[in-house]
Amino acid sequence: MLEIKNLHAQVEGKKILKGLNLTIQPGEVHAIMGPNGSGKSTLAQVLAGRDAYDVTEGKVIYNGLDLLDMEPEERARAGVFLAFQYPVEIPGVNSTYFLKAAFNEVRKHRGEAELDAIDFLNLVKEKMKVLELPQSLLNRPVNEGFSGGEKKRNEIFQMAVLDPKLAILDETDSGLDIDALRLVAEGVNKLKRPDNAQLIITHYQRLLDYIVPDFVHVLYDGRIIKTGEKRLALDLEERGYDWLLAEYRSQTTETPSGLVGAR
Amino acid sequence: MSTSTETIEQFVNREYQYGFVTDIETDMAPRGLSEDTVRLISSKKGEPDFLLEWRLKAYRYWLTMKEPVWPNVYYPKIDYQNIIYYSAPKQKTDGPKSLDEVDPKLIETYKKLGIPLREQARLAGVAVDAVFDSVSVATTFKGKLGEMGIIFCSFSEAVKEHPELIKKYLGSVVPYTDNYFAALNSAVYSDGSFCYIPKGVKCPMELSTYFRINSADTGQFERTLIVAEEGSSVSYLEGCTAPRRDTNQLHAAVVEIVAMDRADVKYSTVQNWYPGDEMGRGGIYNFVTKRGLCKGVSSKISWTQVETGSAITWKYPSVILKGDNSVGEFYSVALTTNYQQADTGTKMVHIGKNTRSTIISKGISAGRGQNSYRGQVKVMRSAEGSRNFSQCDSLLLGDKCGAHTFPYIEVKNTSSTVEHEASTSKIGEDQIFYCRQRGLSTQDAINMIVNGYCKEVFRQLPMEFAVEAQKLLGVSLEGSVG
Repeated sequence: MLEIKNLHAQVEGKKILKGLNLTIQPGEVHAIMGPNGSGKSTLAQVLAGRDAYDVTEGKVIYNGLDLLDMEPEERARAGVFLAFQYPVEIPGVNSTYFLKAAFNEVRKHRGEAELDAIDFLNLVKEKMKVLELPQSLLNRPVNEGFSGGEKKRNEIFQMAVLDPKLAILDETDSGLDIDALRLVAEGVNKLKRPDNAQLIITHYQRLLDYIVPDFVHVLYDGRIIKTGEKRLALDLEERGYDWLLAEYRSQTTETPSGLVGAR
Repeated sequence: MSTSTETIEQFVNREYQYGFVTDIETDMAPRGLSEDTVRLISSKKGEPDFLLEWRLKAYRYWLTMKEPVWPNVYYPKIDYQNIIYYSAPKQKTDGPKSLDEVDPKLIETYKKLGIPLREQARLAGVAVDAVFDSVSVATTFKGKLGEMGIIFCSFSEAVKEHPELIKKYLGSVVPYTDNYFAALNSAVYSDGSFCYIPKGVKCPMELSTYFRINSADTGQFERTLIVAEEGSSVSYLEGCTAPRRDTNQLHAAVVEIVAMDRADVKYSTVQNWYPGDEMGRGGIYNFVTKRGLCKGVSSKISWTQVETGSAITWKYPSVILKGDNSVGEFYSVALTTNYQQADTGTKMVHIGKNTRSTIISKGISAGRGQNSYRGQVKVMRSAEGSRNFSQCDSLLLGDKCGAHTFPYIEVKNTSSTVEHEASTSKIGEDQIFYCRQRGLSTQDAINMIVNGYCKEVFRQLPMEFAVEAQKLLGVSLEGSVG
């Protein structure tokens, strides 16, 4: 579904990603972990097509398409969804209206008929039930005045409605208390299917108590330095990153340019 | 990956879709302004003496005045002797008695503008007075309204049919001494709309005037007068367009509203005069005086304006709150893009007790547009217990435009409350990216964000026009960012 080959990216002239490789198959859940400044969020932004990030080298193939050649909205319509680390407020724009516009863009892209307001509302209500969300969320402007937890849950709700093939969750767990975390994780789990995939970016392993990944990757200095199964996340939680970084440094002749947390 | 700025720039070169010219024979006054011009206009209209006298007084007063320089707008000096003050489509008869006598080209023009003059093709529940250059060419639904005692007709017709009302109310809210452009208008105004709602009558449909400037080098000077008697109510809408031309044209209108006890008048404007091209050539100078007088107790006057056109906009729809418990409202969206300039806002003068006013102003600047909010809240000693709330927001798109706010607050008693809130924000790349990540195009994203920002104002517009205003804003915003 997604194949990232030797991806190099920079922001404002600063090199962040330095040869990242990653392959995701349908039905898989991948977790990317890593210390601050290792390039986790950059990866999410590059995959979503944020302007400020320049890709200098490498390729990303998504379902046979050259993802890097597509505009952000084309990627979204083709089924790439990013749950934002910091969901953006759009004052005065009704959540339902916003989501219906987005939803119908995706439908149009797929060659399906657009849903009218009533059919859409029925669909939305159904998805809300699955995610146990209060319906009042729908009548409010997009993210305006939402608490941190509501914003994150709203992201997952949008994901449920838009039904993406590849969902990228950028630190969806940050800023959530344990109850909100559980609700968000349960939502994500419910959306998992054999024909879609999830890429979960997180700093802490606690989200992975609820979302069980098939693979855990450790990102450091713009590269994936270790890939393992769920066990790896637990090791990191117990022992921190230092042992892994030491192992990595001893393996490479090249000295990593960035220090942990120094970005 | 393309940058979003590039994507946004692709929308440059928007088209002004009302820029066509109607090829029609016109009856024009010679260029220039003198007492003779004033007399000529008055005689062409066959006016009674009191009106000619009034015009001449206004003209003489105007000669003693100086063009105001305080607005935050810049333009080359206007040569008042190079303007044609009267232009009317030639008519075989004295004036069309019915739509069948109106030149088909005119009907076609309004059809193209989306304003059907034939009642059977009517805009649902809207009566229209169509003003073409200097004269009113048609008014719809006159009969139906007449049954209820509502007078809705061209200003010229009102002068002929109801001179006593004109004599009583003309200049009673905006005297010709008020300001430079009001004095000029009083001297040379050629037509406009008149509306009278009798006691206790709720006008069953929207009344609307559609202004169209067609001829080159003409100025349009129209007057609108609305009188709402005790306990009556009316909702009024004004729309404007002009052809695309390289030269600037002057539009100096006056609107007066009088609201008696418990009368309720809502006046909405969707102003889309030709704004000039992307280099700032041409466009209308829209120098307008609009004022309402809440004369009676518990009366209410509400102004809603959506200003997207004109090279320069200079106007302050105001309310004088004379009656106790009267209410004044001002809701405004002003958009400036390319080289457009706007200095607009309102004046709320609290005289009566417990009077209330609300001001919501949303400025949007894009391109090299300059947008100023200028508003005055004046609370007199007599206005005990009065309240005002003002909110002025500015939204910037791009980094070459400007937003300015000039609030003036004057309070002369201790029992009144005046609140003023202001904010300036930039349309966020974050917001646009968020929308695009959900599948919306950049243009759709900008439209959605701006419409959300203007929502409080659009909510005030009559339903059909709210939709129109949203579309208009969308069209105007195309290519405005970058």
